[in-house]
Amino acid sequence: MRPLNFRAPSFRFRFPSIAATPRSLLALVLSLSCVPWGVDLPAGATTLPASKEKKQKPDPALKGLPITELSPDEAILHALNRLAYGPRPGDVERVRQMGLAKWIEQQLNPNSIDDKAMEARLQGYPTLRMPTAKLIDEYPQPKPAVVQAERQARERAQVEQRRAEAAAANASSSSPADKEMQASQAQQSGSSETQSAASSGTGESAAQSAAENPNAPAPMKEPAMEPEQAAKGARRRDALGGGDPNNIPRAVADDSRRPARIVAELAMAKVTRAIYSERQLQQVMDDFWFNHFNVFAGKGEDRYYLTSYERDVIQPRVLGKFKDLVTATAKSPAMLFYLDNFLSADPRAAQRQARERAMRQQRHGRFGRRWPPRPPANPQQGAKKNERGLNENYGRELMELHTLGVDGGYTQKDVTEVARAFTGWTIDKPRIYADFKFDDRLHDPDAKMVLGKKIHSGGMKDGEQVIDLLVHQPSTAKFISTKLARRFVSDNPPPALVNHMAETFLSSNGDIRAVMNTLIWSPEFWSREAYRAKIKTPFELVVSAARALGTDVDTPLPLVQWVGRIGEPLYQCQPPTGYSDRAETWVNTGALLNRLNFSLALAGNRMRGARSDVSSLLGVDSSADAKAALDRAVQVLLGGQAAPATVETLEKQLDNPQVLQARLDDPHKQVDLGLIAGLVLGAPEFQKR
Amino acid sequence: MSYSCCEGVRGLRLSRRYFLKQGGVALVGLSAMPAFLQRAAAATPMPNKKQFVVLFQRGAADGLNIVVPYGEPNYYRMRQTIAIPQPKRGGTDAAIDLDGFFGLHPSLALLEPLFHKNQLAIVHAAGSPDPTRSHFDAQDFMESGTPGLKSTEDGWLNRALETVPEENASPFRAVAMGPNLPRTLQGVAPAIALPDLKQFKVMAQAPGTGAMVEGGFEAMYAQTVDKALQGTGTETFEAIDLLRKADPAKYQPENGAQYPTSRLGQSLQQVGQLLKADIGVEVLFVDCGGWDNHVNEGGVQGQLSNLLRDLGQGLAAFHQDLGDRMANIVFVTMSEFGRTARENGNRGTDHGHANCMFVMGGDVRGGEVYGKWPGLNDHQLNEGRDLALTTDFRSVLGEILTKHIGVADLKPVFPGFDNNPRKFPGLIRA
Repeated sequence: MRPLNFRAPSFRFRFPSIAATPRSLLALVLSLSCVPWGVDLPAGATTLPASKEKKQKPDPALKGLPITELSPDEAILHALNRLAYGPRPGDVERVRQMGLAKWIEQQLNPNSIDDKAMEARLQGYPTLRMPTAKLIDEYPQPKPAVVQAERQARERAQVEQRRAEAAAANASSSSPADKEMQASQAQQSGSSETQSAASSGTGESAAQSAAENPNAPAPMKEPAMEPEQAAKGARRRDALGGGDPNNIPRAVADDSRRPARIVAELAMAKVTRAIYSERQLQQVMDDFWFNHFNVFAGKGEDRYYLTSYERDVIQPRVLGKFKDLVTATAKSPAMLFYLDNFLSADPRAAQRQARERAMRQQRHGRFGRRWPPRPPANPQQGAKKNERGLNENYGRELMELHTLGVDGGYTQKDVTEVARAFTGWTIDKPRIYADFKFDDRLHDPDAKMVLGKKIHSGGMKDGEQVIDLLVHQPSTAKFISTKLARRFVSDNPPPALVNHMAETFLSSNGDIRAVMNTLIWSPEFWSREAYRAKIKTPFELVVSAARALGTDVDTPLPLVQWVGRIGEPLYQCQPPTGYSDRAETWVNTGALLNRLNFSLALAGNRMRGARSDVSSLLGVDSSADAKAALDRAVQVLLGGQAAPATVETLEKQLDNPQVLQARLDDPHKQVDLGLIAGLVLGAPEFQKR
Repeated sequence: MSYSCCEGVRGLRLSRRYFLKQGGVALVGLSAMPAFLQRAAAATPMPNKKQFVVLFQRGAADGLNIVVPYGEPNYYRMRQTIAIPQPKRGGTDAAIDLDGFFGLHPSLALLEPLFHKNQLAIVHAAGSPDPTRSHFDAQDFMESGTPGLKSTEDGWLNRALETVPEENASPFRAVAMGPNLPRTLQGVAPAIALPDLKQFKVMAQAPGTGAMVEGGFEAMYAQTVDKALQGTGTETFEAIDLLRKADPAKYQPENGAQYPTSRLGQSLQQVGQLLKADIGVEVLFVDCGGWDNHVNEGGVQGQLSNLLRDLGQGLAAFHQDLGDRMANIVFVTMSEFGRTARENGNRGTDHGHANCMFVMGGDVRGGEVYGKWPGLNDHQLNEGRDLALTTDFRSVLGEILTKHIGVADLKPVFPGFDNNPRKFPGLIRA
């Protein structure tokens, strides 16, 4: 059933944010008791975006913004959590000095911001700058024999490893905790071998530092994590997703010339940009649009196409015109391959070609050669081509996922007609340079009817006409606005806000920056209800934690792997839907445990290639009082805003003498600051933005 | 506005598409899922609860060299260097006869007694009917349970669990051994990915701080006002606690079972431990890779042989270890497609079509190779190159789900597939 709120802007459905304000509890009760309600709840609906008056507490830092419910600190934190990947140490103060409105203005115009420091961090990833042809050429698919030989060597090493572990475990007769430590040490020694073997080439400072620093490697390290690698589909997901985040598979090591390295560099660059870029909103939008026009790196050649897809198709347009994004993705080899449009052809094309050939031969007799003859096709390819037919995959997803939305008012007939319009949009030399090509021979020349409009511009213009038609539909304006509002405001965004955004979308001809302006300058964006209402995605959690700690990330791969382990392997989302932007997707048992363990590992400096100086961050050293350190951590990492219960709980736990001692037999009492920071990062409050 | 928000949480399909279909408004108060809060602390051991283990051989296993049609002359014609010789008396480097036509690869020798004790059945020429030769698509189709349909978001095993909703289900009702939840188990029904039993806990660095850190997290999540986080927190620490109390690691292999030291062997041993710990496990999923042998696949010896030795030892050890418990367990193997009937120029095989499946357990009518044999004459091959398909994998799984697990309606599990019980292979005792 199509929900009312899409049609009736006067109805104001208010949904509870996750934080339980009294209103949300009321809404909860109402919703659970299943009362359909079109009641206009009072709060938050009073100010229009145009009204820029401030009712209370005129703070110069918030000048001009429709902020009535949040304190200045909260408003700045909110902006940093939504329009950026969370605050770094000192960010709140910097934004306050600059003025929030000015900071937002800058973020909406990313090219005005200097980002050289971050660019410098990307220098170590050469694939980011390569054209597709070069990637295909320099990162070839390894010969199966090589892969198999490597797998066998790896498996032998693993068996040895397990034997060693088993021996270590059996030899230990001490307490379980000691046993655990011993086992982990046994694993560590094994793993450092693996790592040095894996990093024979370029300077692998992280591996060295891991070997030098006895506290560096994680106890959970288990190099034997990789064997599923041999599995085809699972391998790709594993390299960046599952497995042990501290273990680097050979195929993605620094000097690897494997295709997996390309995707690894993409993922590492994504993490690096999100942590360090000054153009934060640009990075958030990049993530949003890539996910909206999702392409799965694990599908065949797409691992070669994604670099250009993100760099040349998505990134330049994230705050531009929506139509440009649709057009560019439609023509991108990545999308053409992922959604099979490169295979789609008018089923009559083969027949027609045969007929034309026959006619040509006739004319040839009378008028001489009319066209230059086509080079003889590879007979096998020809046979395949003849089997080609219409593929509706792209046509369907273009409407369902990219523009109109599933309830956007199209039919199966429209899907077929759109697919016909896009016949001939294919890839030239997919395994050499992979450029977009329109192949008129495969195109269906007849007229099409899409959403009641006749499409008959001819040739490639058919598809372009369809895009133009789709991006101007009110359904598209609504669908895109809803998705943006869900990303930036709440899982169930206020319909009035969505309507405003959709109006802007239509009146601005799909100008994304204009729509974002409407969103940011709305009171709904700054409402109490929206504050900390979103659950961080795994990517947001990992990146925001590194930002909050001011972590120096030398090797982002472990972070990339943690993102995967918590449930969002980067560039590895199989279905064209992209990753969900709703709390329930990300809040589940295994994932939550991984979030906690990630926080402990990061703050405890147990992650390879990532160092956080918690002591100077908190401004306390390890001789400090544990409670004082906790207060500082809550202040610094949660903006001072934690539920009293959270603080109380933690304080109670800190009474445990073990927090104060690095070792039980150590008479010198020291606070484990990493542990305290890890606990605070693992708090429910930090899971939200 | 839709009323579906009150139909009871379990009945809802909370996929993204669901929300899109509901126009982005959908469920309010989802975060207050009462199931979390009312859950009884620990799942009580349920006597005679049926359990189901699925093993996925990723990479496309070569069914024709695993269960060898040695009675088929074409087999030897097409596989000059990698064929497994016909069974011979006292010979160990030949197929092990099963029924006068099929034989097991000699590396699976440990499975022969299970077959002849009727604990193991084989379905040959089985698999997914979709013609794709892409690992990605084929695995996707088999795991979603909807060959040819890419838009399915959840997995068949998850949907199967949904059709048998359970009050107060254990957090371990559905478990995947591995770092990520495989597509087979993705969906609305709760499922856990367990990379390693020993690692399902809060990892504190300093020895002895584990309990404190875990207690800190647990208390924070117990008190948070966010219902979703609170519920999941409760569930998580309950699971950690359950696992610690049950301490599956204490279940050492019984009856003299010896699991191989390989990853698969260790996974299977942990599967056994989970099942013995009586923590409410109903379905388990195990991944097992390495089957994509394009080059030097080998025959009696070689790469495939090594993989099979590992698999055979693992399955045999599992059967031995679980002992009487096997009466309530069914274990099935599957792979995305088979391999070409002819060997290629690299003494390996390429992507093919139909394959064989193993079905093991107390409810299994073992000792038989099920399925219609399509033959290996050139004209009998699929697309002129592979073993043709005569049994849809959904018939095999459908029969297990119906007769073993008690799924009453297979339509939501395998939508669009006619899974009439009359068409079941008949490999499970009713």
